[in-house]
Amino acid sequence: MRKRLFQNILTRPVTIDAPAPGEAELAAVAAALQERARRCLGRSLAIREVDAGSCNGCELEIHALNNAVYDLERFGIRFVASPRHADVLLVTGPVTRNMEEALRRTCDATPAPKWVVAVGDCGVDGGVFRGSAACVGGVSAVLPVDLRIPGCPPTPLDLLKGLLALLEGQATVKPRAAPR
Amino acid sequence: MSPPDSAEALDTLLAGARALADHAPYPRVLLAPAAWERLAGELAAGTLDLLAFFGEAGAVHAVVRAPGSGRIAVLSLACPEGRFPSLGRVHAPAIRLERAIRDLHGLVPEGAADARPWLDHGRWPGSAGPVAYPFLAAEGDNLHQIPVGPVHAGIIEPGHFRFFASGETVVRLEARLGYAHKGTEALLAGADLVRAARLVGRVSGDATVAYGIAFARAVEAALRVPPPPRADWLRALMAELERIANHLGDIGAICNDASFTLLHAHLGILRERTLQASAAAFGHRLMMDRVVPGGVAVDLAVEGAAAIGRLIRQVQAELPELIDLYDNTASLQDRTVATGIVGAALVRRFAAGGFVGRASGRAFDARRRVPYPPYDALRFDVPVLNEGDVNARVWVRIREVQASLGLLEQILAGLPGGATRHALPEGGPGAAREGLAIVESFRGDVLVWVRIGADGRVVRCHPRDPSWFQWPLLEAAVEGNIVADFPLCNKSFNCSYSGHDL
Repeated sequence: MRKRLFQNILTRPVTIDAPAPGEAELAAVAAALQERARRCLGRSLAIREVDAGSCNGCELEIHALNNAVYDLERFGIRFVASPRHADVLLVTGPVTRNMEEALRRTCDATPAPKWVVAVGDCGVDGGVFRGSAACVGGVSAVLPVDLRIPGCPPTPLDLLKGLLALLEGQATVKPRAAPR
Repeated sequence: MSPPDSAEALDTLLAGARALADHAPYPRVLLAPAAWERLAGELAAGTLDLLAFFGEAGAVHAVVRAPGSGRIAVLSLACPEGRFPSLGRVHAPAIRLERAIRDLHGLVPEGAADARPWLDHGRWPGSAGPVAYPFLAAEGDNLHQIPVGPVHAGIIEPGHFRFFASGETVVRLEARLGYAHKGTEALLAGADLVRAARLVGRVSGDATVAYGIAFARAVEAALRVPPPPRADWLRALMAELERIANHLGDIGAICNDASFTLLHAHLGILRERTLQASAAAFGHRLMMDRVVPGGVAVDLAVEGAAAIGRLIRQVQAELPELIDLYDNTASLQDRTVATGIVGAALVRRFAAGGFVGRASGRAFDARRRVPYPPYDALRFDVPVLNEGDVNARVWVRIREVQASLGLLEQILAGLPGGATRHALPEGGPGAAREGLAIVESFRGDVLVWVRIGADGRVVRCHPRDPSWFQWPLLEAAVEGNIVADFPLCNKSFNCSYSGHDL
């Protein structure tokens, strides 16, 4: 293990090394996000993820934000375990009727100011499950949505771009109070 | 060992029953009520495995397999009165399936031990309204309950876990699922094949390729249109990429649940590289909607083979050191060895597939036991262990990554040329046809049954996730462990909520 740790100190981070498509774009997004996150939120944005009945595809890509390639935490953006610690609710899924109340109560438990982000085609408008009697159909049917990040699922880069858009719009988008 | 007379048991059931035409590739028969009772007895005795159990208006269907001979059949029972004799009363794996049949189709399992609704939380249009769910009781001194979910602390799917604990020790865990129920089967009814494939590809997003293949193969069986050979091989290429990505991610996540973040970080990079190679080869990181009935939607991109080749070399170069680290870190082994044990008898009884079954001595892998092309032409190991603990499930998955890397190499080397997609009969087959397919996802065997109408649209489709037979075993695995080890146990199973809730 020590060998591996030393190696990691001596090698450059994978984030910069990776010659994958979209990497240049990622770097640009990352720089902008860092600057704005610091200015608006004092280096801290806490996200609570809520799966309101997704197929779990969006969760896989949200997870990827935390890997060493995208490394969301270097921007001061991190996922938290409780809505009570969150600034942002990141909601996936077509909002099943069985999850509607849980989603509402999670939002109620989140202190203002707060923002709601609908992730994925399902979160945006129900996606492929739109019209199902078992789904409410999109996050905005339950909560006021500040930002939509479409995609099936959105790539980690899409998600990063979306969070940037949220921070950019923050000066003009008034945070919501909890719906009653 | 499987009982020697299991094939005979199936023969007896099939002999006295009326065969229903146009079901492929396995027979479907209509059982008389007496034969249905006999089926219940065979399942209880373990001479037949229950692979799936689902309903529709006026009928229930059980898919069974004789573990000895490997023969498969669909056994149907007409329910003109809206009831059927419960299988769950003698065969526990059927209990939740029956509760779901009742919730979704209103068919009542007679004699069932558990009459609680399962997927229906009282919140659907026309439901009576939510009522408090009566969890099974656990009694004793100093027991306390810990409710968890449906919104969890991590980035995971919704579900509720009710722990009854004595101090740190879990006395009983009961899961309550159904939060992710999207009404997928109802949406499938009446859908054309393009839309249906998209829906089935989103039953469980992490296994979208396996679901895509299972649906495509079921449709192709029903319509008697086999895909071109190149499509079979490309599907396998995607399926093995999907398997590697999920295994790498989950092994890392298990280590993370033991707070060993170093492995999580490194395996996370390898998972990311797998998704990037998948995107380079097929244009989508998870390869959604790439498998379609008749073949594949996209051919392997020009730079795809090279990208997959680089991936194989990178994983082969880096994985051994990471495995050594897993195996030689005492604090990590302390958490995974002898934690969350599932016994072999329970796994056999539930016919649990995937690494959950194979870590507890059940050597079932659909690629080997229900062979489909191109796996009949490929060499690969199916690792089987007997310890049944978290460590065994991790090791099965490590070895499956290695096996899948070998498969990727063989597929790239042997990929046949030619067409990637065959046209399906335009305007439909002219008469109703039925098909069934079983495909090995990273999680276990995915089963899809489909009935296609004369117009070519789906009449009824049932996708059965492997999680149906794994979730109940998680409850058994956790018993007697400490609450803090639940995340490890849960992640080592990694059952699908969405795939189960439909």
